[in-house]
Amino acid sequence: MRVIGPLISLLIMPLLLVSPALAQEAAEEGSGTASVDAWVDGIVGPVTAPFVSFIFAPIPGTELPWIVLWLITAAAIFTVYFGFVQFRMVPHAIDLVRGRYTSPDAAGEVTHFQALATAVSGTVGLGNIAGVAVAMSVGGPGATFWMILSGLLGMASKFTECTLGVKYRTEYEDGRVSGGPMHYLKKGMAEIGHTTLGKVLAVGFAIFCVLASWGAGNMFQANQAHSQLVVITGGDASFLADRGWITGLVMAVVVFLVIVGGIKSIARVTEKLVPFMGILYLAAALIVIIANIDQLGAAFGEIFEGAFTGLGVAGGLIGALIQGLRRATFSNEAGIGSAAIAHSAVQTKHPVTEGFVSMLEPFIDTVIICTATALVITISGVLQQDPATGLYVWDEAAGQIATANNLSGVELTSAAFGSKITWFPYVLGLAVVLFAFSTMISWSYYGVKAWCFLFGDNYVSELIYKVLFCVFVILGAAVSLGAVLDFSDASLFAMGIFNIVGLYFLAPIVKREMTTYMAKLRGGEIPKYPKAASARGSAA
Amino acid sequence: MASEIFVVAYDGIDRNPVDYAATRAKANGATLCLVHVLQWSPYSFLTPEELEERKMRRRQELERAKTALVDPLVAELRAAGLQIDSEIRFGSPTAVILDVAADKGACQIFVGRSSKSGIENKIFGSVTLGLAQAATIPTVIVP
Repeated sequence: MRVIGPLISLLIMPLLLVSPALAQEAAEEGSGTASVDAWVDGIVGPVTAPFVSFIFAPIPGTELPWIVLWLITAAAIFTVYFGFVQFRMVPHAIDLVRGRYTSPDAAGEVTHFQALATAVSGTVGLGNIAGVAVAMSVGGPGATFWMILSGLLGMASKFTECTLGVKYRTEYEDGRVSGGPMHYLKKGMAEIGHTTLGKVLAVGFAIFCVLASWGAGNMFQANQAHSQLVVITGGDASFLADRGWITGLVMAVVVFLVIVGGIKSIARVTEKLVPFMGILYLAAALIVIIANIDQLGAAFGEIFEGAFTGLGVAGGLIGALIQGLRRATFSNEAGIGSAAIAHSAVQTKHPVTEGFVSMLEPFIDTVIICTATALVITISGVLQQDPATGLYVWDEAAGQIATANNLSGVELTSAAFGSKITWFPYVLGLAVVLFAFSTMISWSYYGVKAWCFLFGDNYVSELIYKVLFCVFVILGAAVSLGAVLDFSDASLFAMGIFNIVGLYFLAPIVKREMTTYMAKLRGGEIPKYPKAASARGSAA
Repeated sequence: MASEIFVVAYDGIDRNPVDYAATRAKANGATLCLVHVLQWSPYSFLTPEELEERKMRRRQELERAKTALVDPLVAELRAAGLQIDSEIRFGSPTAVILDVAADKGACQIFVGRSSKSGIENKIFGSVTLGLAQAATIPTVIVP
């Protein structure tokens, strides 16, 4: 705690450089931050453009980015290779989460439920609220079909990476447990005789994990949280409008207090509130859906029809497919490798059990929460349709389906809920801030693990990363950085390149683990307990 | 004939139930089983950092409970001529105490009146009330 003072000064320094400039800009005209945005974009854009173009390059003759095909193909291959594990083993995964296979002697250790809950907290966020709105406004309701498909297939990728995360985790002498792609790519690949390739993959993964932690896991979250706060405080008339640095500064200070100051109570409160906000969000979606139950059939009809025809969306089927797959992957992170870091701390004798449990994550995130958001947007009618043809009205200038006031992202979701439950945008505002904060805390952890893998596991190294993380919170909220956000989006997907190459090599190991475990399970060698370990505890 | 077993719930603060149970155990020639429960739920929410450190913290919590709370008390009572053993477990205190009592074949449970804050008791109910309601053997509530 004694280091907080100097560290706050360290944090404030870049603020002093950024915020007055932004404040002054904002005070001048409505387009205050535009020049700053343009300036940063002008610097970052040319450097990162080739990489962003490479990651999202379309497959020749189509508009489908190869990276999306890369991730979805891997998910499909793992689905077949593991015999549709995501459909066969869900009941067993639920039993594992309920603690039915947890020995009472393990009381006090990390349970399957806790590992899953933490991973879900890191995954469920703006991707489910803002990302779905982007997918819907650009790809139409049909994008939802592809999101669900991506979520279902992604369960197999998650199974593979999280099993490996536990199997190759590092258990330190003091009892700390650390795992994730950096560990299994390095150790697992060495085990099968590909030491050099394993190191290259691990380093590549770690580099992009750090970049994604600053971007998708940080700036995108801060940016969208600020947008929603502006909406609920009066829109353009809000005191926060064009003053993203205020939101950013407040969020950065809180993040700083948690990740550098060690004030864990804030993170603990968030970790407890996020599941409730998630339930509240789902409940609100259900209320909207039930209140408009007569439109549910039509909504699903549009989702299925739009999935194959586009319903007037530019790009038709491919447009819906690209947006659906891209936003689903951005949301559930299957094949990206990030969640394996959180899942790897679980207490289990059989790594594959956490693989089974981790499959529930894309299901909760994409199949349930993203679909709920998509249904509310479809039912609410915020996406404008031509009453004569039933096709959606395409706004060429905005590059998306026409909406009132050209809304997109989190504002569109907010408007969709607000059209049915007038006060809900305020609750959504709180939920968005909490989701964003929780995702930031999780990603700061993923990022620092990757950073320390690259630059050494010591205090100074960690501190540098964490201070930079806080600076990016402010930048994310303060400016609308197209190039920076594109780059962070691309970095997240780039993690999947290195991770999935490793997964292909290591999948046979996962299969052996699964076969052995299934034989034991069928043979009754895996004890089942009548009640969860909560009731009993371990002897000292 | 095996001696009777008294289970005594020790929260690390309130010694009254321990002292009272010790007096009763000595008078009856019973064996005392001291139970200390580290409150824990498998359904609590943890941050990623807490996940990483959980095994380490568990080890530290057990060690602290053993060396600072339970072992000195056990040594003191043993020196006073009592037959005594102890259990330190993680979990829900009421459920764990009932479990230990069942495992040991205990004939009585001794518990303090209350040690938690008033608000927490009002919301979740106290261990004392939980035992009074759920125990299948006589339970002595020691003021």
